[in-house]
Formats: sequence, structure tokens, C-alpha cells
Amino acid sequence: MSSSGNAHGSAHGGAHSLAPRSDFPLLAGKPGLVYLDSAATSQKPRVVLDAIRAYYTTINANPHRGAYSLSAEATQAYHDARVRVARFVGVADADTLILTRGTTESLNLVCSAWGRANVRAGDNIVVTRMEHHANFVPWQQLAIAVGAEFRICELDASGGIDLALLSRSVDARTKVVAFGQVSNALGTINPVGEIVRIARAAGSALLVCDGAQAVPHLRVNVDALGVDAYVFSGHKMGGPMGSGALVMRRAILQSMPPYHFGGDMIEWVNDDDTTWNVLPHKFEAGTPNVEAAVGLAAACDYLDALGMDAVRAHEVALTAEAMRALGAVPGLTLYGTADAAGRSGVVSFSVADVHPHDIATSLDVEGVCVRAGHHCAQPLMRAIGAQSTVRASFWVYSTADDVTRLVAAVRGAQGRFAGA
Amino acid sequence: MADDAALDALYQEIILDHNRRPRNFRELPNATCSADGKNPNCGDALTIWLQFDGDTVSDISFQGVGCAISKASASLMTLAIKGRTRTEAAAIFERVHNLVTGTAIDGDAAKELGQLRALGGVSKFPMRVKCASLAWHALKSAMDGSEPVVAVHTGAPAPA
Repeated sequence: MSSSGNAHGSAHGGAHSLAPRSDFPLLAGKPGLVYLDSAATSQKPRVVLDAIRAYYTTINANPHRGAYSLSAEATQAYHDARVRVARFVGVADADTLILTRGTTESLNLVCSAWGRANVRAGDNIVVTRMEHHANFVPWQQLAIAVGAEFRICELDASGGIDLALLSRSVDARTKVVAFGQVSNALGTINPVGEIVRIARAAGSALLVCDGAQAVPHLRVNVDALGVDAYVFSGHKMGGPMGSGALVMRRAILQSMPPYHFGGDMIEWVNDDDTTWNVLPHKFEAGTPNVEAAVGLAAACDYLDALGMDAVRAHEVALTAEAMRALGAVPGLTLYGTADAAGRSGVVSFSVADVHPHDIATSLDVEGVCVRAGHHCAQPLMRAIGAQSTVRASFWVYSTADDVTRLVAAVRGAQGRFAGA
Repeated sequence: MADDAALDALYQEIILDHNRRPRNFRELPNATCSADGKNPNCGDALTIWLQFDGDTVSDISFQGVGCAISKASASLMTLAIKGRTRTEAAAIFERVHNLVTGTAIDGDAAKELGQLRALGGVSKFPMRVKCASLAWHALKSAMDGSEPVVAVHTGAPAPA
């Protein structure tokens, strides 16, 4: 437990959260609710909702268009939001941060724009067994479309990426190595530095890192990671749904073709051809989602005020407590690494003879929200031999009391299904 | 959110019993027809086998993986369908469909459902309606000879 957790009573009794529940209008309005599905989407702090409202009530106009000052203000707000988000994830060159609808769109952008232009028959693409479908299916489909080989790097016995296997999987014909920084299904934190070193030593692939489960929970410095593309979603970190980003090396963004065509992304449109706008606009066709950008920037402010190191410490403490308490339940299997410090705030488990969906429904009646299913990671589920699992995930408003309620509800569900 | 009483209605003893000891849980080697039911959202997957003697279902069985609701529903279905004609089976399908989606059914129809009435608990759990209806959709498709694999989606907002 963290010192803050200990200060508020026993390991079982803590009502202490890092962020006050009152910061989150939905949670404040549902006092009995135990929300343990933050890895799917986080609840939103009031400051984010306020920022969105303030944008629409004081600044709203179409950015990059009007000659009038209100449009200029909207343009400025959008620009400021981008710079704020870039600073939060350690990106110095803010124009290389493309605002998107989220991780899925970011990955499809890279796959469509860069992949289609660079991956040929006979090349190969390497992904890992633990990828979310969003970082798996686009590459699989690209490989099928161009006749490239699709390689899946298997996991080691502890559920981490098998680095020895990775070094054998990547070769001179590898065009893309796509991997998650943190597994959404198991919470496993992957050694990005090692993966980058291995991939660089073996070839010249584009290194694509899915940070959807990392940015809300860890201090991330994209520039220091050494990858070529980094993607994440805003809605898992307190920001609005439909917010997110792709960060990519400037030279690659400049040389790769656009993703979507339309307004704002063009420079000159001639009868026979078109030239493209400068970064980041080249990859942001159409009226941008300023609301999402402004809301995401407010979420960055909120998280920085809490401090990402404090967020991390809080989640490690809760994860360790959940693993200890759930591990004591007879017939319960925990998936992923046994080391709480090697995970984000995710605990994935199953209970003997009770289907995860039956657990989830039983927990729902107790006011405990968990995810049950394959977590958009069917290839991983096949490898760990589970059709599906129950996943509890934590964030800044989670408490040791939430863990206690979770464990009690799991035991209750188990009792309901027990018997000859 | 549903309450404890609704949960008790969902997981009645008969449902728990059929989950623990599913009836007719086997392959039917001489089946006249069969169909797979899959729920891509949760991974539930089962196969239904039917053997006909003329117009009558002389035997029916299933196998697969799924939650308590989907397994119990399939198990109860095999008991309810065996010995029925195609027309009777289709009528039972309609009644069960109405039952799990919370559509009103008259007293006589309800009485005829017998043990299948235990499936009515899902009507209070919209996310679980597809669990109860998975086996039934597979049955319908096996009888119709339409789709060899039916897919139902728990995530879809529309009922059953």
C-alpha cells in the first residue's frame, strides 16, 4: 500500500482516493457506484466538462476559416489545446501531434497512409500476441491486401512479450513492428526501450507503439521512447470520447501521403492535382473536433495537478491490494504478471465454474462495474486459454473500499453458483 | 440497475441446475441438421443438432461454451423441443422470444412454456437477452436450413 493508503486505515478499509469523488459529477451523483472499468473509459472530471461548455459558450466558431476575431479565438484555442496535449506526453514538436478521434483512428491512419505506401508483397509486419484488435486487425488486413507476411510474436511464460522471439521475428524485410506499451487485457507494462533496441538492431521497420493504456496511468515521454509513431486516446484519461492523437516523426509525416482528403488539409487545389497543407493540418481534414481537443487539454491540466507519479503510485497500491485479496478467493485465477509494479491498474481474472458474464451481472446488481469478455483481444485470450475474463481496472478516483466491494461481490457470485 | 430480486429471478435454481448439469449435452452422430450459434461480443459458441422422424424432432442435443444463461437456455430448449413437430417448435420459439424480450404473453401461452418460464428473468437484464436467445436462434436456423452459423450480438441495443 502507498503511504496515503495506510494513513486511512487498514488495507481493507480505505476510502481514500487520489482524486476526490466530488471532482467527478457522475460518481458524485451515484454515491454507491463502484466504477472499476476505467481501462474501457474513464469518468470525466468536472473541469473537463466545464472546459467544453466554456468553449461552446464563449469561443465557438470554425477554426482556420473566418477572418473575424471569434474564429481566430477558436483557432487559438485549438492550437493551444494541441500544444498542451503535446507537452503532457513529452512531445516537443507539437505540430507532429495529429489530433484524431482516438487510438483506433490513429492506428488506421498510420496503417492506411504509411502502410499502403510502404509495405509490399514479400515484406512482413510484426505484431505481438497481446495487442488490442485496433493494433492487430489493421495490420493483418494490410498484410492480406498487399501480400505481406503477418507475424505474431508470442508471449513468454509470464505473459510478457518474448523478447528473444521478437529478435528472431524482425528481419530486414520487416516494415512495421506494432506493439502496445501496456496490455489492455492484462495490464502488462512492456519494456518499450528493449523492444525498440531489438527492432532497430534487426532492421529498419516503422515502430508503432499503442499508448492507449499507458498515457492515463504512467508518466509518458514520447520523444524519449524512440518509436516512430505513438498513439493514444483521450477518453481513457478523463478527456472526452472522440479525442486522441497520433504522434509521428516529422520527416515521416512530411513524406507520407494524406489519410483523408477535404477542407483544411489542402494548400492549392488545381484542376488536375492538389498540394497539401503543412503539418499538422495535412492529416486533419475537415472541421476539427475543437471540443474534444479543448476537453483533452483540460484533462491534461487535471492529471498534471494530481501528478502522474502520484497517479501511478496510487494505482500500484490498489492493484497490489486487489491481487492480494482476489488471490485469496478459492478457485479464482489471476492472469498476467504476479508483480503489481509490472502492471497498470488492471486485474484480469476468472472464477472456476462461473462464466465471466455471470460474474459481471452479479457484480452489476451490487453496483460494481467491471468488464467481462475478450477485451478486444481475442488472439491473446486464445493464448492464455480463456474464452473471456473479468477485468477490474482502476484510476484516480478508485479506492481500497472499491476493492473490498469487488472482492465481496465476487465471493457472493461464487456462492450463488456453488453447489452440486 | 436491476436489484437482488431480479438477480434471483435471473439465476433461479432451475437455471443454475441446467448450467451445472446441461441436459442432452452431446453430439448427435446421425443428426438430420445442425447449426452453430455464436456471439462474437462475448465469445459464446454452441452447436445444435436435430434429428427428425418425419415432421417430428425425435432427438436434439447441443454442445458449446457459454455463460450460465446461454447454457441453461440451450439445455431447457432441448427438453422442450424433443418430440415436437416443426410447427410446434416454431410456436415455442416465438413464445420464448416474447418471454425473454419482455413482450406480454397471454396466460395460456405462458402456461405452455412450462420450465422455460425460468428464462423470463433475463428480460430485466437487457445485456443478457442475447445469451438466452442464442440457442434458440441456432435452433431456428437449423430447422430453416438457412444460415449454418448464426451470430447474435450482446452489444446491440435492439432486443433479441
